[in-house]
Parts: sequence; C-alpha cells; structure tokens
Amino acid sequence: MALDQPKREFRYVGTRPNRPDGVDKVTGRAQYGADMTAPGMLTGAILRSPHAHAKIVSIDTSAAEAIPGVRAVITGADFARPEDDFLRDVQENCMARDKALYDGHAVAAVAATSAAIAKAALKAIKITYETLPHVTDVDAAMKTGAPVVQAGRALESVPGGMSQNVTHTCEFGHGDLDAGFAKADLVIERSFKTAATHQGYIEPHACLASYAADGKADLWCCTQGQFFVRTLCSAIIGMEASQLRVTASEIGGGFGGKTTVFIEPVALALSKKSGRPVKIVMTRDEVFKATGPTVSSSMDVRIGMTNDGRITAGEANLRYSGGAFPCGTVDMGAQAAFAAYDLNAVRTYGWNALTNRPKEAAYRAPGAPQAIYAVESVVDELCQKLNLDPLAVRLKNAAHKGTLSSYGPTFNEIGLEATLQAAKAHPHYTAPLGPNQGRGLSCGFWFNFGGNTCVSLNINTDGTVGVTEGNPDIGGSRASISLMAAEELGIPYENIRTIVADTNSLGYNDVTDGSRVTFAVGLATIKAARDAITKMKSRAAKFWGIDEEAVDWVDGAAVPAGPNAGKFPPLTLAEIAATSPQTGGPIAGHTEVNVDGAGVSFGVHLVDVEVDPETGFTKVLRYTVFQDAGKAVHPDYVEGQMQGGAVQGIGWALNEEYIYGDDGRLQNAGFLDYRIPVASDLPNIETVILEIPNPGHPYGVRGVGETPIVPPLAAIANAVSRAAGVRLTELPMSPPRILKALKG
Amino acid sequence: MKSLHVSTTINGDPVEFICDPDEPLLDVLRNRLHLTGAKEGCGTGDCGACSITLNGRLVCSCLVLGAEAQGAEISTIEGMADGEQLHPLQRAFIDGAAFQCGVCTPGILVAAKALLEKNASPSDEEVRYWLAGNLCRCTGYDKIIAAVQVAAAEMRGA
Repeated sequence: MALDQPKREFRYVGTRPNRPDGVDKVTGRAQYGADMTAPGMLTGAILRSPHAHAKIVSIDTSAAEAIPGVRAVITGADFARPEDDFLRDVQENCMARDKALYDGHAVAAVAATSAAIAKAALKAIKITYETLPHVTDVDAAMKTGAPVVQAGRALESVPGGMSQNVTHTCEFGHGDLDAGFAKADLVIERSFKTAATHQGYIEPHACLASYAADGKADLWCCTQGQFFVRTLCSAIIGMEASQLRVTASEIGGGFGGKTTVFIEPVALALSKKSGRPVKIVMTRDEVFKATGPTVSSSMDVRIGMTNDGRITAGEANLRYSGGAFPCGTVDMGAQAAFAAYDLNAVRTYGWNALTNRPKEAAYRAPGAPQAIYAVESVVDELCQKLNLDPLAVRLKNAAHKGTLSSYGPTFNEIGLEATLQAAKAHPHYTAPLGPNQGRGLSCGFWFNFGGNTCVSLNINTDGTVGVTEGNPDIGGSRASISLMAAEELGIPYENIRTIVADTNSLGYNDVTDGSRVTFAVGLATIKAARDAITKMKSRAAKFWGIDEEAVDWVDGAAVPAGPNAGKFPPLTLAEIAATSPQTGGPIAGHTEVNVDGAGVSFGVHLVDVEVDPETGFTKVLRYTVFQDAGKAVHPDYVEGQMQGGAVQGIGWALNEEYIYGDDGRLQNAGFLDYRIPVASDLPNIETVILEIPNPGHPYGVRGVGETPIVPPLAAIANAVSRAAGVRLTELPMSPPRILKALKG
Repeated sequence: MKSLHVSTTINGDPVEFICDPDEPLLDVLRNRLHLTGAKEGCGTGDCGACSITLNGRLVCSCLVLGAEAQGAEISTIEGMADGEQLHPLQRAFIDGAAFQCGVCTPGILVAAKALLEKNASPSDEEVRYWLAGNLCRCTGYDKIIAAVQVAAAEMRGA
C-alpha cells in the first residue's frame, strides 16, 4: 500500500494494551538518570553564582584541589569555545566564562570520592565577584539605559536605538489592519503579563559520564534527545561526536525542559580531567535556578469585532524574555497567537529581550500559551461586552481548510470546527452555574513537527519482532509504536518489543519534542515494517517459485496474490523468519527519513470555577478537554496528554510563577513555594477525542502532546473573570491578585 | 563524625548498613543498598517521590535519617510485589495507564497501599487528599485516582 493511501480501519491501532515498560515502572525496576552507577564513580557538584549579575574577577581553586578525595576541579576555561553562536551560548550557560548572568549560573565544578567531600571542595573555591546592576523584568530590560546583560547580541533585524538587551524581532500577518479596525463595532485593547514558569518534572537532571584515556566517552543521562546531547556535548567538550556514545535513561518527565544540556558537559569534563566516571545529580533548588524555565511576557492585544461577532482585525505586540541568552521563542508565540481564526487583517509583532534570568528552554508548545492567553482573553471580553455566546463567536470565525493562517500557510484538513461543535454539544457547556461561579473557554493550537527519524525493525528467527527507535519515551510512545508495527505486520502486539537505542545504534534522530514521536517515529516504523514485508514476500516468492509481484501480505503471512499465482498455503512471518538464516540471511526493515506532513492539532477547553470573594481562592469545579488527535493510536495515552497538559495549564493560570527579589535572586526555588497542582486541587479532567485524519500520515495521526497546555490559561482566566466580575490580565491569578482586582 | 552501624528489616529481609549520622534514609536506600525505587524529587519532603513506610507509617525517606531505621520495619516499592505476583494496585496502574513517565509512581503506590490498609473504601475525595503529598506532573492525577479505586474494589473482594 502506498504511504499516501490512507488507512482507516484498524485491528490493533486504537486499542489499549499494556505498555512495555509498565512492570518496570510499578516495581521500581526502571532505571532513571540518577539510578545508574559505575565502578570507581566520583560524585560531581557544581558551584553557582549567588549574584544575579556579576563579573567573575578571579577563581582560585587551589584550596579545593588540595582536599584529599578531590580528583578534579574545573571552570569555564576547561571548555572549548565553539564558533557557532548557538553552541557557544549553550556552553556558556553550562559554565560561565567572564560573567555570572543569573542567580544560580554555574561557575565551577568538582569531582570527589564522596558527596560530602565534593560539598567541602565547593566551599573551598575562592571566587571574587564584582556585582553589576541587574534587570529581571522584560519591559524594564527593553528600556534604553537598562543594565545590559550581554552586549552586541542583537540580530540585524532589530532597529537601531533600542536597548542592547533587545536581541530579536519578528512580524507575521496579512491584510489592512486600519481598514479592518474601521469595520469593527467594538475594539478592545488590553495589556497582559505572564510570569516565568517551570516544567516541574519530578525527576531532577542526572547523568553519569565516563571519559576514557583514548578519547572515547559514554554518557548516561535523562534526556529527551540523546542524539542532540551528543551534538551539544561533543562541541562543548571539544571531541568528535562519533567518539561519544549517549544512552538515554528512562526519563522522569521533560515537557521540553530536557531537550538541551546543563550538567552533561560538566560531568564529561570532570570525567576527562579525573580519569574516572563522574555522576552529577541536580538538587531541586538547582533545577529551578539553573535549568530552563519559560519566557516571561508582557503583551498588548487589540481586536475588533462587529455586533454580530465577526472579528474584523487582530493585532498583538508580544514582548518575551528568554533569560540571559538570545531566545527566539517569541516567533512561535507570534505565529500561534491568532492561528485559530480566519482573518482578513491580522498582525503580530514579537520581541525578545535579555534579562538576568536562567536560559529559557521549551515547555510544551513554547511561546503559544502566553500569546493565546492574551488573544483568547480579549475575544472573551468582546463576547461579554457584545452579549454574544463565546462558542458561537469562535465557530463564526474559526479557521478551516483553505483558511490563510495568520502565520502564513494555508490550512489543510483541521479539526477546530469539530472540537468547537463537540464542546457546544457537550452537557458541560449548558450545565447551570451557581453564585461566584463562572465558565470559560479557549481554543488552542500547536504546529507539531516531523523531523529526522531512523527506525530498524528486526524479524527475529522465533517470529517475534524487535523495533529499535531513537526517541526517549515521555508519554507511552513505545506502546503506540509497537501497535503500529503490529498493524502493518499483522502479528499480535505482545510479539513486538520496541526499545529506545543509544546514539551508536541508529542514524540521527531529532529530539522527542514538537509532539513528533507518535507521528514521525510511527510513520517511520510503518515504512520500516513495509520494508521488512517486502523482503519477507521476496523469500516467500522464491520458496514458491513465483514472481515477487504475485505475493501479498495478509494477516501476518505471505499469500499468493490471486488464484493464478498458485495454490500455496500462507507462509507466516514466524515460518519465514525461522528459515531466514538459510534463505538469504536475517530479515530487517529500515527507514532513515526527514518526516514531513505533520498535522496541526487544535483543542478547546471548557472550565467552570468558583472564586471565593473573601479569600480570592479559585476552585476548579469541572474541566473538559476537546482535542483533535487525527487518529488516536493508543487512546489511554492520548487522554493522558490531554489531562496532563490541562493540569499543567491550571497550575500556570492559578498559582505557578518565578518570584524574583529586588536583589535579582529567585525566591521560590522549591516545590513548597513553587506550588504545582496536587491531587486534591483538581476535579476529574474529562476528555473528548476527535479524529479528523491528518493527510500527511498513513493512519491520520496528529501529534497531541503540546496543544493541551495552550487553552487552559485563557479558559481559566475567562472563567475567573466571569466568576469574579472583573477582567484579570496577569498570570498567575493567585489569591492576592484576585483580591486586589476585586477591590478595584 | 563517626559512621553508624545500623541493623534493620527491609521488605522482610534483615539488612545491615553503615551510614553517616546526618545521612538521610533515602540516600542509604539508593546509594548504599541499591534500592533505587524510591526517588529524590526534592530532598525537602515536598514531593513524596521518596515515600516508604517505617513501622507501618507512611513517611518521606528524605526526611528520615538512616540512623532512625535501627530496629525498624521498612517497606519500599521493591517489596510491594510478591515475587512474580504484582500487588492489585500495581496491576491496576498498568491496566489503567495510571502513569506516564513513572517517576512518581513508586511513591504513589506506597502511599496508596498505606491508604487502603487504613481505609478499604475511600471516596475519590479521600484518595485525592491522601495523595496530596505525592506530586505528579504528567498525568493530572485522573487515571491515578481511578486505578486506586479499581484496586480498592478488587481488594475488598467486590
């Protein structure tokens, strides 16, 4: 079957079998980043700047090096200096050169024979700092005269005369804005702010590096992309990528935050210097201070609407800060902001400014939650003021197949209208509300990606199948990949074992991100399975003495294509496999491809809240997630993404934020004061999966992982605003903020 | 400071270890005894990923000293299954897809088992409040609550 011939009837895909790593994870047998040890292993520890912004005048490591049990001490000088801006920024973020750029920025590291000795060694390192003025607010950072975090980092597109902290600008959209606004009966313009948040994965970063005297190294780490880790580490350490073998452990959450490196090059450098394996595990304090939170944002949105609910123009100015290094996430926010709408006049302007904060990393649909929060809030306020039904207005303006999107491409088949109709028909939408209660809704969107993908599919001689892929499993993807292999091969799911391989075992695989794995690795697995089937059919053809074209593959066996081909009983996969060593050798299918054709995923969230006017506390009463999955390969895991992303969004909307003091230091670097949702905060999260097949995938699969974090921010803001009777424009909507807004 | 010699029972087995006086039990379990099922998510008792039971009481092992294990009965996730036989909670979590990355799962299973030993018929709200000390960032807790209830029903013989 050609790859572009869609399949819509399934035997295994769409079922809910147990996942292959299930027993390991419920028994404690699964090995995560911090669970590996090696003989002779040393403990690594990192010294971090206590200043938000400071020149590093001198570092004296002699006292530390003299402590018995200390085997290596390193600073920024021990690393290579990559030519490429992007790589150099990653290196400098892993260990400072001349300046500490944020509270918690790594400045030195030690490896010692015990954790206690490593701790003592850090204390013995003498660093002289010259503190500098700092800036942590994005708008303050953009003002001329603001303390300059890094000079000379602005891209050419940034206009002259701006603060040197402004590194990036972008613009998207089409149409005549002035004419559009002139057509509106009501124009609302609002400003919004969102605080930086953290992905909040429960597993801190951890790695074990072993650098041998012949220049070969092995690295075990929790990561979303072992191949990218290899690229980054080899550039930063100054070694050939082929000499570094990276193995991904099971990962205790990533959500985008483990798509880069922080401690891995440090562990490798310590291992190289000491000649022994070095293990580094971050503390929770370090995770908050020195990994990759989201951007913080300040945004202005202006939207015009007619009395009957047609949006005539939309404009957004998005100011993001991705921390102390240049960051392009505002591009994605600017593109996603109005993506749900079919507009004649739309424009988004984006800016990035440096601040003395940690370097941003992705968090599930990076850049989109902030921008869409602002846009969906203004749309909701327009609906309130014009007395229009918010769902009806979304349906009236919804993007559909053929819409010229606000960010450029014309949409193919998309599921937005279907999700909106499903929300409209759902009992949640019309359930009665009580006093101090409000209902909010929001659309959400993510582009999804394909990317470089390699899969090997081996037909074992006992008739079982091994699938080797290169993408760490962060959501149950191994089960989905096995399901797709089972579907193609026609053998039971239980006969297939899918594993995630190290960097030596496959060609390059892009990171597990962009909601790409079930889509792209699935597509590659389907291709690899078909490749193996072609080879198995060829063995059957030889055995029967007929042409290869005369052989079909049905229900896990080679069969003659028709009565004219010959009367042969089916040759099962197991039978072909058993004789493969004698019929030409072991059989395997391969794919190495850069996958195209990812389908966007739209979602709609409905939420009811109750706001206590005395305490400002918000209780989430009811939550329903509607999302287009294209084809839900394993519905349990699609539901899991929808529920997990929604709850992360609930935390973001109501409580989570990075709090900086006047000294520029992070005040709440722990789970007590950076309060993520707990079980007792939440109701059940109901899920409704729509399936509008993606034409770019043989089964219609769309990535689903990122979209669910996008709608909650506005859905909850709209619900809270309606419940409280006042429009909230700053996240998180923690009780003090709500009380302040209620007081007026 | 001089190291301490501790004798204890872990998952029914007699165990002896040496530890520093200020060493958390979590570090002893993971680094000295190679029982890596309990995880350090925070080190400050806020996340519950290190949950174990000490003399039948649910505790965060990062807040207990190794020295406190002297003469005690400790249960960890590694002792939850009976050989090849998974505990009903473990089976319910697999069947109900009640975990994604799985790093919080050992702590949640230990905590859920402690709940069901105290209260065989908890309401959903009681389950949620009991598990409020176990952070999960992947699932949104929905399927976890459902799986606990499935196991509870099976254990009641329902």
